Amino acid sequence: MRRMLCILLFAPLGVLGSEAGYRLDRSPHDTRDLVSLQSGARTFVNYCLGCHGAQYMRYRSLSEIGLSEAQIRDNLMFTADKLGEPMKVGFSVKEGKQWFGVAPPDLSVVARSRGADWLYTYLRTFYRDSKSTTGWNNALFPQVAMPHSLWELQGPRTTTIESTFAETDPKTGKVTGHAKTTLVLDENGFRTEQTEKLQEGKDYHAGIEVTFSWPSGAKRAAAEYDATVRDLVNFLVYVGEPAAVNRKAIGIVVLFVLGVLFVFAYLLKKEFWKDVH
Amino acid sequence: MASRLEALWGWFDARMPSLAEQWRIHASEYYAPKNFNFWYFFGSLALLVLVIQIVSGIFLTMNYKPDASLAFGSVEYIMRDVPGGWVLRYIHSTGASAFFIVVYLHMFRGLLYGSYKQPRELVWIFGVLIYLTLMGEAFFGYLLPWGQMSYWGAQVIVNLFGTVPFIGPDLALWIRGDYVVSDATLNRFFALHVIAFPLVLLGLVVAHLLALHDVGSNNPDGIEIKKLKGPDGHPLDGIPFHPYYTVKDIMGAVVFLAIFCFVMFFVPEVSGYFLEYNNFIPADPLKTPQHIAPVWYFTPYYSILRAVPPLFHSQFPGVLAMGIATLILFFLPWLDRSPVKSIRYRGTLYKSALAGFVLVFLVLGYLGTEPTTVWGQFGFDAFFLDTKDVATWVARLGTVLYFLFFILMPWYTARDAVKPVPERVTV
Amino acid sequence: MNEQEKPDRTRRRLIVATSVVGGATSLGAAVPFVASMWPSERARAAGAPVEVDLSRIGPGELAVIEWRGKPVWVIRRTKEMLASLKAVEGRLSDPASKASEQPKYAENEYRSAKPELMVMEGVCTHLGCSPQLKGAEAKAEMGGDWAGGFYCPCHGSKFDFAGRVFRGAPAPVNLRVPPYEFVSDSTLIIGESEEKKGA
Repeated sequence: MRRMLCILLFAPLGVLGSEAGYRLDRSPHDTRDLVSLQSGARTFVNYCLGCHGAQYMRYRSLSEIGLSEAQIRDNLMFTADKLGEPMKVGFSVKEGKQWFGVAPPDLSVVARSRGADWLYTYLRTFYRDSKSTTGWNNALFPQVAMPHSLWELQGPRTTTIESTFAETDPKTGKVTGHAKTTLVLDENGFRTEQTEKLQEGKDYHAGIEVTFSWPSGAKRAAAEYDATVRDLVNFLVYVGEPAAVNRKAIGIVVLFVLGVLFVFAYLLKKEFWKDVH
Repeated sequence: MASRLEALWGWFDARMPSLAEQWRIHASEYYAPKNFNFWYFFGSLALLVLVIQIVSGIFLTMNYKPDASLAFGSVEYIMRDVPGGWVLRYIHSTGASAFFIVVYLHMFRGLLYGSYKQPRELVWIFGVLIYLTLMGEAFFGYLLPWGQMSYWGAQVIVNLFGTVPFIGPDLALWIRGDYVVSDATLNRFFALHVIAFPLVLLGLVVAHLLALHDVGSNNPDGIEIKKLKGPDGHPLDGIPFHPYYTVKDIMGAVVFLAIFCFVMFFVPEVSGYFLEYNNFIPADPLKTPQHIAPVWYFTPYYSILRAVPPLFHSQFPGVLAMGIATLILFFLPWLDRSPVKSIRYRGTLYKSALAGFVLVFLVLGYLGTEPTTVWGQFGFDAFFLDTKDVATWVARLGTVLYFLFFILMPWYTARDAVKPVPERVTV
Repeated sequence: MNEQEKPDRTRRRLIVATSVVGGATSLGAAVPFVASMWPSERARAAGAPVEVDLSRIGPGELAVIEWRGKPVWVIRRTKEMLASLKAVEGRLSDPASKASEQPKYAENEYRSAKPELMVMEGVCTHLGCSPQLKGAEAKAEMGGDWAGGFYCPCHGSKFDFAGRVFRGAPAPVNLRVPPYEFVSDSTLIIGESEEKKGA
């Protein structure tokens, strides 16, 4: 029964990740890690703020993640003069639409709409694709209009996309067999495609599987990149709801106070109800 | 000093209707049955949530901007720049869902103990009117954050009014004040949500309580306590509401507030049920979200709406079914032909019917939160299958069972076995 | 009698105890509501200190700077203007600025941190109108003994070049001097940064 309730309660989350059927990785961020948040702030300002704004976040609020006003002013303020100003992007929504086709969305609450896991996965599944407009594609968000702004930090890698599908007879519409297309995109996005028919008799699940392979010796770079993305996602989660850590701390005090109040209210009720038989 | 206060009170009392008399009638000498159980907390809790919503709403209105270009930003302004603003926002969002949880449990108590039966039909009618007004209040309020769900949910619901034959399109246009949901719609929904509907709610709640206090409360045994009075003229099984139920309701309120605060401070989003994820994307009239669903408390009725197939290319039959599903509640006092009030003395027919109704309500509610493809497709084909979605057919079955609960009620409540009802309440 | 009193006393004690804890909880609950009415981050950002470039203000010139929604005057006073301050002392209501508002560094004969630069709010202390600059040459309309200063058109109050009010004017006190700081010879900051106040 409880399991049913859990499934019922959490089922809607499935809607979020399943655009391309790509499984989301769990984001390993920790919102209490101030150093991680500061690193994420630096990455955000240097790589994201050029196109995306975080218009509901003021520069001054960054002092809450342990940065002094001098540090904020010297390192993080490129498009604003005063600390109290919001982290806006340097152009208007209209201009953004004109220049990019679609205005890059503001990221103030993206961690609340997309979720941390989605962001963590998204920023790590970009790949080079010579056939796309930007030269980049994304396994979680196919044909995304955003280029891979963090590509310098990630480094080159090869992508393999295997699509398994059912072949149907165009006249009868019946399934005649299964086939698999393997698409390899090299470090520069050049494609090599190959389709093979799969052996009959076995059970096949239609779907797409994306794998990335790093050149030899790049394991450490991959781990470092993951840490950078983790910190960036951590920062975006913080920006999504700056009051979150406060909220939980106050909540503990409130529940304790209500616990004490309950003891008195209960004793009072019991005392009066002695009269009632 | 004391005599000064007494003199002041005397001056006031000589110029206003007696407040002391009202206190006696509604509290210190309102004799309520002494066997109230867990199900009897939810009336006072509903009143508490109403107060919480009004107070938090007032303070939110100090900073919210009912303008399509400013609304979403003003909510984030409240969350970040207004000192303590995030508390106010979470109180109000948690309170909205809490209101419906409390009201549904309060109504269920009525079904359990026959609280709608004679002489309390009018209490029930005012109650259903409160329920409908509350649904309207929640609907108007949900547009205000101007997120994707706010916008598209309002667009869908207003379009439903557009399916009414002949007057539909004009009706939808009049409600919206524009050709699509826009700034004009936002502004008027703001006025309705902040002033009009709260005033109506307050008036209905007063009427609801006056009607109740006039006939006296029901109880888990369904016995009329006024039938047996003691030598002092008070019901033998009655106790004055104050101090006994004031003290008990305070205790209940503290427990409720603890649960409320747990949700508010630790899981205010409740996995997207209390605060939907899509609503953190500003409204975009050019981009429809993949999956539009109303907030959880509307989903049973949304399920019914979706389940009914279109007739002559119009969705109106579904709208009609959804409307009747809510309005049929008014008729409960006359549909129930049982000679006893409380489920404790009813037979298996009613107990199974009620259990089935609850299950159907929950299943319809769940299905309303999901797309119709959630349970896959049937493997086979048949001439009557306008859609192969399993969930739609389950929802259709649920809709039929929902209506049967009410339509067959005159029959199964009259036929049902009854147990003898005691003279005195069982504590 | 004693037996009956005991439960009543317990009852009373519990009522008091519950009321006290309940009252404290209610006060705590009121905190976010009351707090929400204090100036928000947006209001505080808008009210932040303003930087002024002094190099563009020539001798005898007046610049009007907006700070917290009010006009703040920055005047580069000439030698004649400074001399007039002594000359008119006898005709002022409060020559020592005892009743008016000014920071500690403006409590001197010039009412400013640097004699040649006067910073004050251009808001008449009577009912809030903004007075007009009337130089020493405006003797025709201001009277023969006019040494220069400001005249409020609403109700006729007159102020000298240090914002001090003349006797006979409806304005009760001298013009207010806001907090300010010279960060360099050419840069003035009007208003106090919160960092400095320790906020």
